[in-house]
Amino acid sequence: MGVMPAADALMYDSWSIIMLWTAIAVYVLAFICYAVDLAQRSEASVKAKDRAAQLVGGGSGAVEERSTPGAGGRPAGMMARVGTTLTWIAFLLHLGATVLRGIGAGRVPWSNMYEFAMTATLLFTAVYLGVLFWKDLRFLGAFMTGLVAVLLGAAALPAIYVEITPLMDPLKSAWLVIHVFVASLATAFLALAFALSVLQLLQARRERRSVDDESLAEKKSVLRTLPSAEALEGLAYRFAIIGFIFWTFTLIAGAIWAQDAWGRYWGFDTKEVWTFIIWVLYAGYIHARATRGWRGTRSAWLSIVGFVAVLFNFTIVNMFFEGLHAYSGID
Amino acid sequence: MSNSRSDLTQNSSADPQRPDDHFDSAAPKVAQPKLGVVGWLRWGWRQLTSMRTALVLLLLLAIAAIPGSIFPQRMANPNGVTQWETENPDLFPIVDALQLFDVYQSAWFSAIYLLLFVSLIGCILPRTKHHLKALRSRPPRTPARLSRLADFRAESLEGADAERAIEAAEKRLKKQGYRVERYDSRGSFSVSAERGYLRETGNLVFHASLVGILVAVGLGGQFAYTGQSVITEGTTFVNSLLNYSSMNKGRWVSDDALDPYAMTLDSFDVSYVEWGEAGSGQAGDFSANVTIREPDGSTEEGAVRVNHPLRVHGDAIYLLGNGYAPTVTVRNADDEVVYREAVPFLPQDSNMTSLGVIKIPDGLEEQMGFVGFFYPTQAPLESGAFTSAFGDLVNPVLTLNAYEGDLGIDDGTPRSVYTLDPTGMEQLTGGDTGRDSIELSPGQSAELPGGRGSVTFEDMTPDGADPEEVGYSESVKRFASLQVHHDASTGWVLAFAILLLVGLMTALFVPRRRLWVKVTPEGDGMRVEYAGLARGEDPAIGRAVDELAEGHRKDL
Ligand code: HEM
Repeated sequence: MGVMPAADALMYDSWSIIMLWTAIAVYVLAFICYAVDLAQRSEASVKAKDRAAQLVGGGSGAVEERSTPGAGGRPAGMMARVGTTLTWIAFLLHLGATVLRGIGAGRVPWSNMYEFAMTATLLFTAVYLGVLFWKDLRFLGAFMTGLVAVLLGAAALPAIYVEITPLMDPLKSAWLVIHVFVASLATAFLALAFALSVLQLLQARRERRSVDDESLAEKKSVLRTLPSAEALEGLAYRFAIIGFIFWTFTLIAGAIWAQDAWGRYWGFDTKEVWTFIIWVLYAGYIHARATRGWRGTRSAWLSIVGFVAVLFNFTIVNMFFEGLHAYSGID
Repeated sequence: MSNSRSDLTQNSSADPQRPDDHFDSAAPKVAQPKLGVVGWLRWGWRQLTSMRTALVLLLLLAIAAIPGSIFPQRMANPNGVTQWETENPDLFPIVDALQLFDVYQSAWFSAIYLLLFVSLIGCILPRTKHHLKALRSRPPRTPARLSRLADFRAESLEGADAERAIEAAEKRLKKQGYRVERYDSRGSFSVSAERGYLRETGNLVFHASLVGILVAVGLGGQFAYTGQSVITEGTTFVNSLLNYSSMNKGRWVSDDALDPYAMTLDSFDVSYVEWGEAGSGQAGDFSANVTIREPDGSTEEGAVRVNHPLRVHGDAIYLLGNGYAPTVTVRNADDEVVYREAVPFLPQDSNMTSLGVIKIPDGLEEQMGFVGFFYPTQAPLESGAFTSAFGDLVNPVLTLNAYEGDLGIDDGTPRSVYTLDPTGMEQLTGGDTGRDSIELSPGQSAELPGGRGSVTFEDMTPDGADPEEVGYSESVKRFASLQVHHDASTGWVLAFAILLLVGLMTALFVPRRRLWVKVTPEGDGMRVEYAGLARGEDPAIGRAVDELAEGHRKDL
């Protein structure tokens, strides 16, 4: 890990910024395509047989992989494919912007809030694109590209953007590389879990209602083209536990670092408190899923609350709460 | 998982034990037995160790932790608490009574986590006992009708030997790490296989590690101590309780727990980002270069840097802060030196505008005190006041306001060396006195008003240095604020944390499942049935059954 900014740091950073804004623009385009795809799915759902409604009451191993959640086996639409291609392009631009920033700074590009946002959202996209190889979750594309575009756009605003400056002493540590990187990775998985939990809630509501009112089961809705609430819950849970494990690691790595940097492994500093709160919330979520009366809708709410806390930690706590973790770089 | 709820799958003794309200447990019986005292106690204990209680306590813990991030905490930020008190004098007593400035030691926070840990222990003890037994048990009997399981495959094979087929299945499952048991009966052969006991082991290791961490932290704190001291360049600190400016020690730290080594601050390094560069003025690469002298006289050099504590005798020494310690000499009216010391001034901003206090109890007509500002690079503000424009020594200036009168230190009341209480004292310079503050560059002296004597800001540049080259850069000594921390439990806490992580991954990723193969001779062939049952979360159970069926067919 180098420590001094490159001699032409400014040049690297200028290119980084140009690429970043281009990436944001492409993310927005990807978002539009994914959104159109969702609208089209909703349209198509009128014609398709409603699988989810059939599943209600059947309740067989619905979490089993279903590779194409397109309605009635319909291959994912044109717009979804364009959306994914655009997401790849945006990802590469985003990667370029992040790498250039790192080269310019002569160190890992995640040591102030601007850079952290840049790297974290890069990992969001990477995890999302990686997951697509395993399973067709393009119905999450609109959420993921939208979230990344918003966070990245906000980070690039003058209020948050900071020029390349040398690292402060406490940040000169291998733990910066590990701790922050794994925290971002955890957040990426928790974001996917969050999106799936939200869909799960919507799907569960639709399923409940269509049991009472058959006409609803036939009504056009994008939800009819998505997996059942139970399957969504299973997926959400799988992402959440991966995120939780990374988060646990983040917590431990942070404590080891704090021991070196501040002379104690735990001191209930603001950021430590929030990392802990988030950890406990997700432990609660995992418990809830194993508790009778809590699986399903209630536990999904915990997953949602957990991720709201993650976002809160990253934005509000970073910018407005006092504490030792004063590395946002913002005055 | 839905397919583990079928009526076929009543729990066997090989299953992990779960609280009654666990998702996989049989629904509790509604009948209320008559409750005696023992009955009530048992009922209460069962409530406390239920999943729901654990869940509610976890959520309460999360909520209870929040105020600690909103209100300044005495433990982490005592100055913040004082400031909060000055800003909200009316609210302060109420908030303080609610222990909101000591959230993590408060009665309510402690109650929540202690209950949680009682519940935790009450939960893991019986489960551990049960699990140890389960580890020795055999896989359960093959269900009579495998076809009722969600993950089921069947096929008919011509002209194969049923006995050989079941043996092949048994071998295959064994090789995959399953524990297997043959259950042959009335004209059919079956093998029952189970794997994933490690899942429960991981879960128990995870939960037990939580207890381990709590105990290690709690016990460790009783034997730990943390002291802070301020050392100026060229001076020596001897490690004993008396020499610390502040000391926090656990209840069971004995008075002779501190090894009497001595530490001299030889020099303090710091570098600054130059003018005009991005981040200009930012200081870094701090290094307190010290010599440690052992009681036996041997010496060793070392450096205390951020992120790199120095380890001495099981103590870890940390760099907490640094600043300037201008050396000031005061002479009385007869030109005799009554005071000469390097006085640590506390930095007030990132450019090291520093504030300090000098107290001269003896040697002058009356006691005298100075409140001073030190600017390593003095620059005027628009208001006419001074500030420092850069952290390094470019244009160092010391300004002093003198006070005469009772310093209030003779009656034994402890007073901070960093503050001066001017009540009852007469101000001689600065403020409304009509006299300017004393303003000195290194090497300069000024008369005290009324012929009381003089004050000198010493230039500490080493003798041999070339003034052209060093300028003012070595004219003022620096001090380092060091923290000495001793806690033998950190290793334990780390070990439990690693166990916790390993246990967690095992508990979440090792699938626990049962597989069955049943072979029934049919005519001159046979019917082979394969079935699987997930115990707990297992998204890949279907694939496992498929693979078993496929592999088995190849074996034949
Ligand atoms: C100190 C607070 C606790 C924390 C942070 C915590 C955390 C967790 C986590 C992360 C899991 C999922 C990983 C695994 O399966 O091992 C889990 C599972 C479990 N916990 Fe806890 N737990 C706590 C207290 C308790 C208590 C008090 C009980 C007893 C009532 C309990 C019973 C269980 C059970 C039975 C499971 C297995 C759930 C399943 O079948 O999937 N836990 N816990």
